[in-house]
Amino acid sequence: MCGIIGVIDRGRQTMDGTAIRRALSMMNERGSGEGAGYVAYGCYPEFKDYFAIHVFFDNIHETKPRVDELLHQWGRVVHDEEIPTSDLPRLRKVHTPWRYFFKPDTRLMPRSTTPAEEIVTELVMRINTSIEGALVFSSGRNLGVFKAAGWPEEVADFYRIEEYQGHCWLAHNRYPTNTPGWWGGAHPFNLLDWSVVHNGEITSYGTNRRYIESFGYKCTMFTDTEVVAYLVDLLVRRHDLPEELAVTALAPPFWDEIDKMEGDRQRLYHALRLTYGSAMMNGPFAIVVADQDTMVAFTDRSKLRPLVGAEHGDRLYVSSEEAAIRAMDPDITNVFMPRAGEPIIGRVVA
Amino acid sequence: MSPSIGSLPPKYRVTVDRDQCMLCGRCVENCAYGAFRIDGDRIRTNSRVCTACHRCVAYCPRDAIDVSERPLDYRSHPVWTRGVREAIYNQARTGKIVLSGMGNALDYPMIFDRLVLDACQVTNPSIDPLREPMELRTHLGKKPQRLDLRKKDDGEVELLTELSPNLSLETPIMIGHMSYGAISLNAQLAMAKAVSAAGTFMGTGEGGLPEPLRPYQGHMIVQVASGRFGVDIDYLERGAAIEIKIGQGAKPGIGGHLPGEKVNAAISKTRMIPEGSDAISPAPHHDIYSIEDLAQLVRSLKEATEWKKPVFVKIAAVHNVAAIAAGIARSSADAVVIDGFRGGTGAAPRVFRDHVGIPVEAAVAAVDAKLRNQGIRNEVSIIASGGIRESTDVVKIIALGADAVYIGTAALVALGCRVCGNCYRGLCPWGIATQRQDLVDRLDPEAGGVQVANLIHGWTLELMDLMGAAGINSIESLRGNRDRLRSYMIDQALMDVLDVKSVGA
Repeated sequence: MCGIIGVIDRGRQTMDGTAIRRALSMMNERGSGEGAGYVAYGCYPEFKDYFAIHVFFDNIHETKPRVDELLHQWGRVVHDEEIPTSDLPRLRKVHTPWRYFFKPDTRLMPRSTTPAEEIVTELVMRINTSIEGALVFSSGRNLGVFKAAGWPEEVADFYRIEEYQGHCWLAHNRYPTNTPGWWGGAHPFNLLDWSVVHNGEITSYGTNRRYIESFGYKCTMFTDTEVVAYLVDLLVRRHDLPEELAVTALAPPFWDEIDKMEGDRQRLYHALRLTYGSAMMNGPFAIVVADQDTMVAFTDRSKLRPLVGAEHGDRLYVSSEEAAIRAMDPDITNVFMPRAGEPIIGRVVA
Repeated sequence: MSPSIGSLPPKYRVTVDRDQCMLCGRCVENCAYGAFRIDGDRIRTNSRVCTACHRCVAYCPRDAIDVSERPLDYRSHPVWTRGVREAIYNQARTGKIVLSGMGNALDYPMIFDRLVLDACQVTNPSIDPLREPMELRTHLGKKPQRLDLRKKDDGEVELLTELSPNLSLETPIMIGHMSYGAISLNAQLAMAKAVSAAGTFMGTGEGGLPEPLRPYQGHMIVQVASGRFGVDIDYLERGAAIEIKIGQGAKPGIGGHLPGEKVNAAISKTRMIPEGSDAISPAPHHDIYSIEDLAQLVRSLKEATEWKKPVFVKIAAVHNVAAIAAGIARSSADAVVIDGFRGGTGAAPRVFRDHVGIPVEAAVAAVDAKLRNQGIRNEVSIIASGGIRESTDVVKIIALGADAVYIGTAALVALGCRVCGNCYRGLCPWGIATQRQDLVDRLDPEAGGVQVANLIHGWTLELMDLMGAAGINSIESLRGNRDRLRSYMIDQALMDVLDVKSVGA
């Protein structure tokens, strides 16, 4: 089932984690206490030009030196530390969450147009596939994912989420069926600046995974959600699609609708479906994707999972439930429900 | 009969129940092989010529005829089977290559029958195709890797990429290449009517495009094979697509032979060869001795038709099929047809039909994986053929990576074919694999067309139901989705090739 929520302040005003913690707990009916997580954009202003690499270590002494070595080989770590946590009686700390602030040496990737991103992507894939006991779960600039197995309020208190400030937040309350209790399986999923929270099941996962892996991404989290982060990265960063068209590629109109379009528009949508047929996502889902300046929410083409939006001044909210949004901001002005496949897009304009 | 070997036991025994028989003579009339004759007040039979085509059984108004198989068998032996022994007797007599019809007849395990499909329960809803949209539209041809877009001043996005022409199918089921000559004009006409009605396509085979088929040319894929029979610019321009045939699943590595006695006036015209002459298609194309030669032929055909038509390349599924397909994907070709070792044929040497090539399931899985691995899957569509028997085979082969299928034998069965395997004799009592006018006339193209269209429609409905049960509403999301298959009693090595997990895993 799962509950999702996201907020973006289009004037880039920041908010701390208190409200989203309250909102996510409002949807405990949709979770099972086995996974929750948050992502805050803009939470590391003092290191804003560095990639914040969050890693779950099973064992600091044995596996951490291997990650350190790899990072030093590909760039410079200006600061690293254990992510501050609070001891909670009901949340067992099975991993040690660590963060590095990292600047890749772009001279090592001379032929790329986005060398820093290429290096970090490569490092994430390499660590997650080849260093056992280390899992990178957050790798963007000036953002941080905080997730674990537990109820939303426990995970928030564990990471002391109220101490972080962000202009955009996503959060997820998990009802796991596939990998219960595994911290890596909690949402959000992140790669570079992209973070994803997802409610549903992607029936096209086998097709999507094989497609994305042919571009060098490696799916390591045993779940259908991470593939969304990679697909968005491929479509927007590497293939330069505007966000709206990336959403169209992932949840395109039916052929019947395209047949009724005219001229250039029909040609464009036809080409999108032909080119990105293997990227198209099927099955019931509601997804929120964010990067530094944008938050995009959309559902599958039949809208088999709920999604509502609301606004209050510069703030745009999306969630599985209106009640959660109201728990965060009782003064919202308009509440709306997008149609199937139609994205809700919020951009920072400041 | 040879003096020292003597006659072999008959394959079938035909008996007529005298109590039931009313001496109407329909069996005598219908049997093209002469198994029946009227002798006074009874029907006498000659079992030795019977092929078990069941024409007599189907047309006897009194159910008086019985055909039994192997009434007298050899002493059973697991090694020295009937087939093995008879091939030896045959060759001892003739010193020649043994010919056979239809597809592979050896008892290899069917991979299709050891793969099971998935369905939704609880965590995601299954989709009812009667209430919700279900998309089977399939595009065959090159697709761009990515799109070039430009943002116009008014904020609209403009598409700069030019798309290659694709064939657009309403259902991923096409009918493969069976030539005029190998089958009758009425059989081709029936199938042409069916594919036109179903919004799909069929192949002409290497027999040219007879004039009565021209009204359906928008649904025909014209073939260029090693004999180049029937090929001229008019023929190429009439087709919706062009297919270069390199090989055939039933007989990889060898050519074809239409005996002169089948080359009548009409066939001589469409094949552009003298009446009564043998039509021999050589084993290789004599202008293709390497992959770059193939690329050149693809380009030549594209040039000749002004780059307006997709060009397919058909190869037999052989051990190295994945690498060959990767080579084809790097040419201007739009689709590669993978013909598995169960593919049918009018006539093939028995040893080829039964022993050369690999099953289409493994071949398609390997080709799809190789193309993805090299990042060139969008360069070429995959059409699977050879042994597609029902709609579940279609779902499974698409989940293994195919874009669409060709059916052959299944379409002929829908026209009445009983899979007797005597296609090469030219006496098909069902009017399919024959050119004898009285036999051809037995097949009504109108009624036959409805039957084949019904088959395609029925499979299409089943496809939609199976996809809906799996929570998938568009065929693109089934393609290569091996996660929705499980293997049942398949060995680990083959599971790795298919990239499919075991049941329960």
